Amino acid sequence: MDKSTLTDIYNRMVTIRKFEEKAQTLFSQGQLAGFLHLYIGEEAVAAGVCAALNDDDYIVSTHRGHGHLIAKGGDVNRIMAELYGKTTGYCKGKGGSMHVADFSKGMLGACGIVGGGIPIAVGAALSSKLRGTGQVAVSFFGDGASNEGSFHESVNFAAVQKLPVIFLVENNRYGEFTPQHRAMRVEDISSRATGYGIPGVIVDGMDAVEVYKVTREWVEKLRNGGGPVIIEAKTHRKSGHSEGETVFLDGQKYRLAEEEKIAMETDPIESLRNYILEQGMAAGQELDELEKAAQQKIEDAVTFAQNSPFPEKEELYTDTWV
Amino acid sequence: MRKYYIKAVQEALFEEMARDERVFLMGEDVKIGCFAATRGLAAKFGEERVIDTPISELGVAGAGVGAAATGMRPIVDLMFGQFLMLAYDQVSNQANAMRYMFGGQTTVPVTYLVQNGTGSCLGPHHSNSVHPLFMNIPLVKVIMPSCPKDAKGLLKSAIRDDNPVVFFNHTSLGSMKGEVPEEGEFLIPLGKGEIKKEGDHITLCAVGLMVNTCLKAAKDLEKEGIHAEVVDLRTLKPWDKELVLTSVKKTGRFLAVDESYHTCGAGAEWVATVAEESFADLKCPPSRLSGAEIPVPFSPALQKYAVPGKEEIIKKVKEMVQ
Repeated sequence: MDKSTLTDIYNRMVTIRKFEEKAQTLFSQGQLAGFLHLYIGEEAVAAGVCAALNDDDYIVSTHRGHGHLIAKGGDVNRIMAELYGKTTGYCKGKGGSMHVADFSKGMLGACGIVGGGIPIAVGAALSSKLRGTGQVAVSFFGDGASNEGSFHESVNFAAVQKLPVIFLVENNRYGEFTPQHRAMRVEDISSRATGYGIPGVIVDGMDAVEVYKVTREWVEKLRNGGGPVIIEAKTHRKSGHSEGETVFLDGQKYRLAEEEKIAMETDPIESLRNYILEQGMAAGQELDELEKAAQQKIEDAVTFAQNSPFPEKEELYTDTWV
Repeated sequence: MRKYYIKAVQEALFEEMARDERVFLMGEDVKIGCFAATRGLAAKFGEERVIDTPISELGVAGAGVGAAATGMRPIVDLMFGQFLMLAYDQVSNQANAMRYMFGGQTTVPVTYLVQNGTGSCLGPHHSNSVHPLFMNIPLVKVIMPSCPKDAKGLLKSAIRDDNPVVFFNHTSLGSMKGEVPEEGEFLIPLGKGEIKKEGDHITLCAVGLMVNTCLKAAKDLEKEGIHAEVVDLRTLKPWDKELVLTSVKKTGRFLAVDESYHTCGAGAEWVATVAEESFADLKCPPSRLSGAEIPVPFSPALQKYAVPGKEEIIKKVKEMVQ
């Protein structure tokens, strides 16, 4: 891998981390309303995958979607403004954290319904096939969503139609607060691919380089007429299912001690940083500067969001019927 | 020229697919064409644009959303209204919401094509009238024609409409014959009803098969000197309130006749609106005849009592007029 690809992936990951940490702080200060699902710890997946895509390739996201949009080239100002419910947000404040989207970047939306986005990604891949554009679609979803009917129907349909879609399972080991083993008997969600006659592969979701390489390989196959694939990224979230959960769970614990230890001790950003330094691809100072710039970008995004106006009442009925 | 209803539907599909290459059709057995409407399309337009799908209503309905949001104009044939319930998430959370919740970034021009209603003794899973469940979600157009001419003109408009549309063909009307204009550009605007028979004693309001039942009742009532006006709404949402209120201004009496249930059924909406907005014009309380609140039973002996019949309408009209 060349330097620019590595630092690009690193930059995407750092930007996601800084954004999410800032959102976490703002939420704890009571500045953000609603639910907030953070991507801290899973950055290698979105960054590795999206770095392997073209601008006009599609992704469909989940309720934990800020990272996907940032990785696909989204504007942090507009994401932050959306979290604040401001007019300058991606959805003019109508979607919020769980519905950020940027169609101009092929990001067809985060989604508040678990598994709700999977069929939509299949439709985008079908559309690309019919239009003959060679665009690939990536459907991000979690281990929990792989128990939804929409997952099974979508994978099977895409398999039959040989559609250029990657089913990208971010297996963070929990569906909300339920550990994976209590929701399914299989350990590897990618093994479900066998049931649909398509390949299923596993990647270390804490290793951005591996995620990138595997995704790139499959994107090439899909652009050349290959059918769908399930890529399971084994990952860990450092944050909870939802911010503020310790309060409403009232002290109840749900994380498995061993898993939590790994989640806290492993850091995909640190790993990539070490890799870049070991490979001599960049100097530490260069990466520090990149981090500093990312931090500044996020601070500016908060200022932008805070200074933006809330929507007027008249906005309630805009963007309705065409 | 007089044509079967199903033929009129077929013509609309042929014409719109020929007119716009973004239009494509998918659903279970659309190539064979279970109800004949989609028969012959695959031979003319190819299997790439006429796609037989697995029996996966949720997945296929969602693929329609994704394709529509990325430049195509899918028609998704899910056979029966009650099968569309399996896809309710994609219609009621995704197709209808995407434009609004993403701040106007996209349109979702998808048409869902299903059958609905009683008459063919298809039993409790194929005969219920689910149209109010789609009237009760925002930003979806809901259509139900009563005759071949309207079916053709409305379906062509539905396919061209940039909003999501749920298009109900009444199960009993496939073999109905009626005049259909020959010219290629025959379109009926969505949201516009039609007076199917004029009268000045009472307004009967209906869609689909019930329009025909009302016309039969009105014909018999003429012999007794009662002149009923029959309003065919054609579009259930957004519905032609002005047409109804103008009619009520003339007749002073309003009877809703619909196969859906009394509780929150289509008739409930119409009667409530007439009561709210035409109270001063009314000579007697507005009323409604609805489907019995049971799953529609199979037995021909029972099915006929599950929805309003001609005699029931005549009896009710006489009570209201005298």
